[in-house]
Amino acid sequence: MGTAVVSMQIKDPRYASLFNMGGAAVASRVSILERPPWPIEPTGANQMKVLVPVKRVVDYNVKIRVKADGAGVETANVKMSMNPFDEIAVEEAVRLKEGGKATEVIAVSVGPAQAQETLRTALAMGADRAILVQTDAETQPLAVAKLLKALVEKEGAQLVILGKQAIDDDCNQTGQMLAALLGWGQGTFASKVAPADGSVTVTREIDGGLETVSLTLPAVVTADLRLNEPRYASLPNIMKAKKKPLDIVAPDSLGIDMTPRLKTLKVAEPDKRKAGVRVSDVAALVEKLKIEAKVI
Amino acid sequence: MSILVIAEHDDASLKPATLNAVAAAAKVGGDIHVLVAGLDAQPAAQAAAKVAGVSKVLLAADAAYAHQLPEDVAPLVVSLVKAVGYGHVLAPATSAGKNVAPRVAALLDVQAVSDITGVVSADTFERPIYAGSAIATVHSADAVKVVTVRATAFEAAAGEGGSATVESVAGVDASGLSSFVSAELAKSERPELTSARIVISGGRGMQSGDNFHLLEAVADKLGAAVGASRAAVDAGFVPNDYQVGQTGKIVAPDLYIAVGISGAIQHLAGMKDSKVIVAINKDEEAPIFQVADYGLVTDLFEAVPALASAL
Repeated sequence: MGTAVVSMQIKDPRYASLFNMGGAAVASRVSILERPPWPIEPTGANQMKVLVPVKRVVDYNVKIRVKADGAGVETANVKMSMNPFDEIAVEEAVRLKEGGKATEVIAVSVGPAQAQETLRTALAMGADRAILVQTDAETQPLAVAKLLKALVEKEGAQLVILGKQAIDDDCNQTGQMLAALLGWGQGTFASKVAPADGSVTVTREIDGGLETVSLTLPAVVTADLRLNEPRYASLPNIMKAKKKPLDIVAPDSLGIDMTPRLKTLKVAEPDKRKAGVRVSDVAALVEKLKIEAKVI
Repeated sequence: MSILVIAEHDDASLKPATLNAVAAAAKVGGDIHVLVAGLDAQPAAQAAAKVAGVSKVLLAADAAYAHQLPEDVAPLVVSLVKAVGYGHVLAPATSAGKNVAPRVAALLDVQAVSDITGVVSADTFERPIYAGSAIATVHSADAVKVVTVRATAFEAAAGEGGSATVESVAGVDASGLSSFVSAELAKSERPELTSARIVISGGRGMQSGDNFHLLEAVADKLGAAVGASRAAVDAGFVPNDYQVGQTGKIVAPDLYIAVGISGAIQHLAGMKDSKVIVAINKDEEAPIFQVADYGLVTDLFEAVPALASAL
């Protein structure tokens, strides 16, 4: 049998790097043999693409300072990292792929150009490729959910795993909003995720204990603390991540208006509690609680 | 305009956080209606009708709401908002409220406001950001304000004295997106963390889960709930539902006793509104002492048993 030679256009920029073409705008004609040298798109029923949205936030160890003019908190020259709950989400998605339950893990971020670093972290942890919706606008959950919906539909993802909340705005909304907009089920505050054929079983951390629900796939899952312990990216994987595809798109290209719906009027320091007194021993403590504070 | 409060309940009774959400609704101002969605939720609806300030209770009794799954409750709330024209939808910022409110907001195409600690006006709210390191005042111009309410920031509405009417409302078709499998609720003789008058919590200094029995001995004497810091949960000492902090439960009891807890900002965010705070820690530099009314610098393994026997 002879070798079929086909000629095709590379339209998808994420494949460009495989051909050393380097740029997203390159569309060129190349000849290849029999089958393309990139992974073939999954088609089977058990083939699951997982989308993992990640947010770049002020590192959780940084002491937050409120700006003197009350316009917000200081973010200039402050260490930024991936939102810790999103790290857990990336870990879970990568484990699903390693366990043969997922075929591709796509990390997505909505934020400034520097969010590419956050996406590189996700790639170093094991995500296959990344998409940055680049914007300097304030990112509020409803607009982010709309952008994510557009990407989910474009990519044909069957599962979205993201952190239950970002540690900057503490909204805890994006996953639920995305599920609503897509008309999918939601497994929020997950401590266990078990996909099966056509459904995913999610154990959720609720007040007073755990609840397990079964969701029809496709679905959205939000990660809580005990879902897993995220890995540290190894140096070789960090190097490899630099070569993985990272596409940059504009919110406009997805047809989404980023104008914030909530207007922040001011940001202030919380009321400070004053330190009290030291007591010498347990007997003195009990006396203070009984006689002075009258709480026991 | 009237306000719809989504009740948190277990069919038999209302959960206390519902009363705090009603209190926040009273600050917004307007007729307050309470939605009780469940299967056999008549008793909870009757309890809601007695809450001071509530003018109407909407009871949606349907098998689809047996486990109050958000995929089914959210469309019901949306249908009520559209039919009645509510200007506000409020829910307690509990795991149930946080689950359903954003889903409602997205279906209404509005940006929800999470975890408010203050009502400045009907469209302006205060809410903590960065684990309580800052308080943002935010204004919503959306047609419907969908808001979750931090229970500890609002004095509960009286559970007696009201005389609202109870009206049955029709459910909407089941979504078929999700189904309840099981629940594993911690059985405890002790009060719930978020509603306890006294809370005693342990941190990494407890060294093991077994050592939490030292705290339980004190809790039994005081009728207190037992909590933990995130460090203790991360170390596997206790389950996550013990966790007090920004990523766990927010508590504001009359007395909070922090044992072997250093006082990371994450933890402080969950308990600093307690009326009286006691810290027991052998590290006198621990940040917890900066917020404690009474600090005891000593080895907890001596102090806690001594405290139990002194009570």
